[in-house]
Amino acid sequence: MNIQTSRRGFLTGLIVAVALPGLARAQQKSGAAAFFNELPGGSGGMSANAFIRVAPDNTVTVLIKHIEFGQGPYTGLTTLVAEEMDADWSQMRAAAAPADVELYANLAMGMQGTGGSTAMANSFMQMRKAGAGARAMLVAAAAERFGVPVDQITVEKGIVKAGDQSTSFGELAEAAARQTAPEDPPVKDPGDFTLIGTDLPKVDSSAKTDGSALFTLDVYRDGMLTVVVAHPPKFGARVASYDDSAAMQVQGVRKVAQIPSGVAVYADNTFAALKGRDALTVEWDESKAETRSTETMIAEWTSAAKAGGEWEVEKSGDVDAALNGAEIVEATYVFPYLAHGPMEPLDAVVELHDDEAEIWMGSQMQTGDQAIFAKILGVDKVDLHTMLAGGSFGRRATPDCHLAAEAAEIAKANGKGAIKLMWTREDDMQGGYYRPLTVHHIRAALNEQGGIEAWDHGIAAQSVVIGTPFEQMLQGGPDFTAFEGANELRYQTANHRLRWAKMDSPVPTLWWRSVGHTHTGFAVECFIDELLEKSGKDPVEGRLALMGEEQAREKAVLTRVAEMADQSGDFGYGVAVVKSFGTYVAQIAEIEDRGGVPHARRVWCAIDCGTAVNPNVIRAQMEGGIGYGISAALHSEVTFDEGGLIRQRNWDSYRILRISEMPSIEVAILPSTAEPTGVGEPGTPPIAPAIANGWRRMTGTALRRLPIIPVA
Amino acid sequence: MPISFTVNGEERSVDVDPDTPLLWVLRDELRLTGTKFGCGIAQCGACTVHLDGMTRRSCVTPISMAEGSDITTIEGLEGPEADAVQAAWRAIDVPQCGYCQSGQIMTATSLLQQIASPSDEDIDNAMAGNICRCATYVRIRQAIHDAARTLEG
Repeated sequence: MNIQTSRRGFLTGLIVAVALPGLARAQQKSGAAAFFNELPGGSGGMSANAFIRVAPDNTVTVLIKHIEFGQGPYTGLTTLVAEEMDADWSQMRAAAAPADVELYANLAMGMQGTGGSTAMANSFMQMRKAGAGARAMLVAAAAERFGVPVDQITVEKGIVKAGDQSTSFGELAEAAARQTAPEDPPVKDPGDFTLIGTDLPKVDSSAKTDGSALFTLDVYRDGMLTVVVAHPPKFGARVASYDDSAAMQVQGVRKVAQIPSGVAVYADNTFAALKGRDALTVEWDESKAETRSTETMIAEWTSAAKAGGEWEVEKSGDVDAALNGAEIVEATYVFPYLAHGPMEPLDAVVELHDDEAEIWMGSQMQTGDQAIFAKILGVDKVDLHTMLAGGSFGRRATPDCHLAAEAAEIAKANGKGAIKLMWTREDDMQGGYYRPLTVHHIRAALNEQGGIEAWDHGIAAQSVVIGTPFEQMLQGGPDFTAFEGANELRYQTANHRLRWAKMDSPVPTLWWRSVGHTHTGFAVECFIDELLEKSGKDPVEGRLALMGEEQAREKAVLTRVAEMADQSGDFGYGVAVVKSFGTYVAQIAEIEDRGGVPHARRVWCAIDCGTAVNPNVIRAQMEGGIGYGISAALHSEVTFDEGGLIRQRNWDSYRILRISEMPSIEVAILPSTAEPTGVGEPGTPPIAPAIANGWRRMTGTALRRLPIIPVA
Repeated sequence: MPISFTVNGEERSVDVDPDTPLLWVLRDELRLTGTKFGCGIAQCGACTVHLDGMTRRSCVTPISMAEGSDITTIEGLEGPEADAVQAAWRAIDVPQCGYCQSGQIMTATSLLQQIASPSDEDIDNAMAGNICRCATYVRIRQAIHDAARTLEG
């Protein structure tokens, strides 16, 4: 990808107009045809459809509609195409698709975007059909060239043969481009897969080991100004006034401008921008700011969770009657605000022309971001390049598109030319959009056999969705992201109630890797473990006994992980099982006491995600999801002083996992022919409860407030 | 006053604010973008380079301190240890998002230059300053062991 070269330079190149019905029109509108000629392998060749380009040099490039930030869609979606084309893996390439909702919508969302671990699930059939269509066109071209019927053509590892004649995709590309794309090409029977289900090497590993992979921060445009923004020190505060006289004295500072989100400092380079921001004096209007301390908020949230809350989400039987007079087991669980902390802080590059804008950004919601840029900049055309992003974990998927809005306001105040907006780590830590502060309160009663007679569950949390453009998906109902995982309880209960208390604060909240399951997984799995221990039941057998026929897949991963785990050491062993985003994950953690706090030495993980497209990527996501979960379990929290000032600023005060705290991990993937489900998030929820359960069984101390090791 | 130093074997000279961190000189002035910004306070290691053969956090190294020094970034990293580390990284697909990996590789290469066969504890100590938010730590550890074995050859 040569980002320094203007796309316009390619418009004169050879464009092969072929494609699925409707594509030519959409390409003209979106410029996707021009985009194809920027891809590896030189100009010409075949754009088989919106997703696949076969170049004369025999490379096959797959346009990936989902952002790549480590979760693996570049490799996974390319695998689907290679499988159906019978391509050789070495000829496959991946590139970001343009932002164009008509061609590249997430079929689970109806807009272009990535989230909810849907990238593989929504693309599985679409990308296979695209690959099968491209293959059919290549085969038709080969049949013409060889003078044989199509049914005498075979394709294997990118070699197209009939009898003793053979050729390559690259040699056939131009002729194939003249073939008609089949409307609904048949795809392979899973039994015939040769690539899906194998450990293919990732397509992006090489560029990510030699420094050549390009992220948004690596984009430099001619005359570009670098911009940092002074943001409010408290949530809900606004600029009252500012004095930029000292900032303007800093060498390299070009401009200071107030924008809705703060005060922007424009400079020739990053250091000047940072120095200029330090030299600003800003008075903040804090009349609408959040001023409660974390402890105050936790007390209010706890009261609300105990009261139950105004939204009765689920109810079966009569919980109040069942609890009345019974011996009650109860627990309160407290979860802090969490920053996502992607390694690459938020950033965006905007180049504004007369009537269009070109954007480089790790956009996770391309359709929304495009619309915001168009609206604020007043341009018809927004050409958005989705860049590789240095992690996200949910952070880049904001319903209000606040980063795009901020970048657009900065560009608008500057006029024509290029700007790069860069958030520092402090902006990231103190910038909100946190996993919501959440308190659970559960009361239960057991019967004489250890069965659950009643389970009464209250959750207090802000809504991530209500009040945003995504609210309409709730159709007036409660925000399921606040309690998902606590509903549809996998353990049989005679009487059950789940209530949600919607809390309010100016602190903006957001989905954080596995969303509601980050806390519901902990509360449910720790509480059930305590109940089982009380009734003298084994944590695995006891769970299995409380599950019904509908929990066949939970039972399978739990049974598998129990088989894998070597629990013979003189350590604590804790188990948890969580279904999230259609994927089932069970984990067992081996815990030792390291200076009075739990350390996970080894973790065993069993996963059922349907068809395992690339086991290597799935294992990597389980490893990473577990590490991400341990960070939160042990160390991470965002807290406020009395008055509302944020205590955490950087990695020194918002601690995350380092290599010495990482367990060794063994992953088993259950064989399945079901449609694939996601793997980016489901590895995270079980680890924190597995650690807490292991610790409680070892020490007798239940851990009910995270993080386990708060920053002093 | 221009400040002169060597980057990846090339003589370079820049005329910038002497307080400018080396990181921003590499990126903004020299367009060597493989070295990343992650925190600005030497807490994450994404900005790690080699300065006169030792690992250095470029985000807290003023360019004035680099006068006359010999700097290597991920773009110019070479030699048997570097080759072994990068090959090991690719072989087991260490990177996820990839953003921290330049820094991880710079530190891992330096480790193998000093300790040919590091133990898990050596690795934990050497790599403690390099954060990976994707938590690719299991594979980082494995890849360093693999690279050490390759070098023993």
